[in-house]
Amino acid sequence: MALATRTPRPPSLIGSVWRSTVGKKTIMAVSGLIMLGYLVSHLFGNLKVFFGADDFNGYAHWLRTIGEPILHHGWFLWIVRPVLLAAVILHGVTAYQLSRRDLAARPQKYAHQRKEQSYATRTMRWGGVILTLFIIWHILDLTTLTVNERAEEGHPYENLVASFSTWYGNTIYITAMIAVGLHIRHGLWSAAQTLGVASARRTRALKIASNGLALVMSCGFISIPVSVMLGLVD
Amino acid sequence: MRLTLRIWRQTGPDEPGAMTTYEVDGISEDMSFLEMLDHLNEELILGGDEPVAFDQDCREGICGACGMVINGQAHGPERTTTCQLHMRHFNDGDTIDIEPWRASAFPVVKDLVVDRSAFDRIISSGGFISAPTGSAPDAHATPVPKAAADLAFENAECIGCGACVAACPNGSAMLFTSAKVVHLNVLPQGAPERESRVLDMVGTMDAEGFGGCTNTGECATACPKGIPLPTIAAMNREYLRATVKGGKRRTG
Ligand code: HEM
Ligand code: SF4
Ligand code: FES
Repeated sequence: MALATRTPRPPSLIGSVWRSTVGKKTIMAVSGLIMLGYLVSHLFGNLKVFFGADDFNGYAHWLRTIGEPILHHGWFLWIVRPVLLAAVILHGVTAYQLSRRDLAARPQKYAHQRKEQSYATRTMRWGGVILTLFIIWHILDLTTLTVNERAEEGHPYENLVASFSTWYGNTIYITAMIAVGLHIRHGLWSAAQTLGVASARRTRALKIASNGLALVMSCGFISIPVSVMLGLVD
Repeated sequence: MRLTLRIWRQTGPDEPGAMTTYEVDGISEDMSFLEMLDHLNEELILGGDEPVAFDQDCREGICGACGMVINGQAHGPERTTTCQLHMRHFNDGDTIDIEPWRASAFPVVKDLVVDRSAFDRIISSGGFISAPTGSAPDAHATPVPKAAADLAFENAECIGCGACVAACPNGSAMLFTSAKVVHLNVLPQGAPERESRVLDMVGTMDAEGFGGCTNTGECATACPKGIPLPTIAAMNREYLRATVKGGKRRTG
């Protein structure tokens, strides 16, 4: 009998990463960091509301001119959007799949429960759900203007003020921004662990950085509706 | 000391189990936790009852057999193994809850005994080195940098007790697996299988039904040998490195 000389086709790189928990977690970390990068620049841009309608609307207009003349007007945003959409979907799908697996790996609870045990993980899961709902609301509110009170195309400043002049607009926004802070607080540190950047020496610095960035992001975003409520921005 | 014990009793793998209450008296604070259970079992046997089954072997904190969850904490309130936990950490009149490790990859065999052979399968898929047979090589034939030797030793301390899995809300075996991977991957002797080792051991860990890591850190807090959380980051680094280098699995 001849020896079998053909080895079975090795699994593809993407396939083996997708099937492994460590690989899925890597996808989650990278997509999370892409969203985080976007969120940081988004906050910078948003803080322009404090310089008045012209500055803010001018900035929103400028976003559409990035890359001109190589890119056509508005194309930059249309390049960013699919990347973000892919990140949100990959992040959500891997989070869902891993969470299901994690719950199945521990089907029976301990009779003697300790409260603090899975605080971070639970916060990440319900926080993720809140963020998903918020992202949908936020796009309907300020991008497509479907649910906006004012809905005036090309006038983001006025639309934003209109949204933050409603009680529900403020409630949804502030809840979500607290959730974002909690998510970044654990998520950034967790991503450093997942991507193998963390080490015993760096743990403290990474935790401080995660907590600090989380606080800056939450407070930064929340300052905008609060200022509208106080009449500082109108 | 007089204690009320609530212990998980289950007669076999597929039988339903329940927390059962026992009163024990005459416990000395110098007894270890296992000696306290021995004391209970002697009374149960004299009374014609089935003794509580639990795993144990060395009773000196090095074999990793004696796992049980005491008051919701793997190996109880002290950072040590159950056999090295002494009754002086409890008070007269306390109620103590004793349960087996809970994880779908560690099915209960009987009472407090769980089947941890999933760990053995993780080890046999990559937790070894290829060494030539024949006479033993000179001890200094392969130089090992001091830092690597220290790191390998820190990780070699893992006794495979499974407390990390029991403590993890996701029943994840990442701390155990990472200790084993890092132990061999930092040594020159482990270099030939550096890529296949991490891919195979993570693959087996997943196939055994352990959960994923969410970096809550419960494992490192529970570990009686102090394997630190960044060990998991080190294994993730090895995994990504092996993947990027196109490392091949030997199995699976
Ligand atoms: C679609 C909505 C979202 C869901 C369902 C979700 C869910 C999750 C879950 C369950 C985790 C794992 C937590 C853990 O490791 O314990 C996680 C991690 C993470 N999330 Fe999100 N999240 C969402 C949106 C976001 C957003 C908008 C950002 C950007 C700020 C973000 C950034 C991160 C980061 C950086 C991680 C760490 C990755 C890692 O664990 O290695 N997530 N997310
Ligand atoms: S890592 Fe620690 S808790 Fe986990 S099996 Fe090894 S010694 Fe036990
Ligand atoms: S019996 Fe060996 S470690 Fe406890």
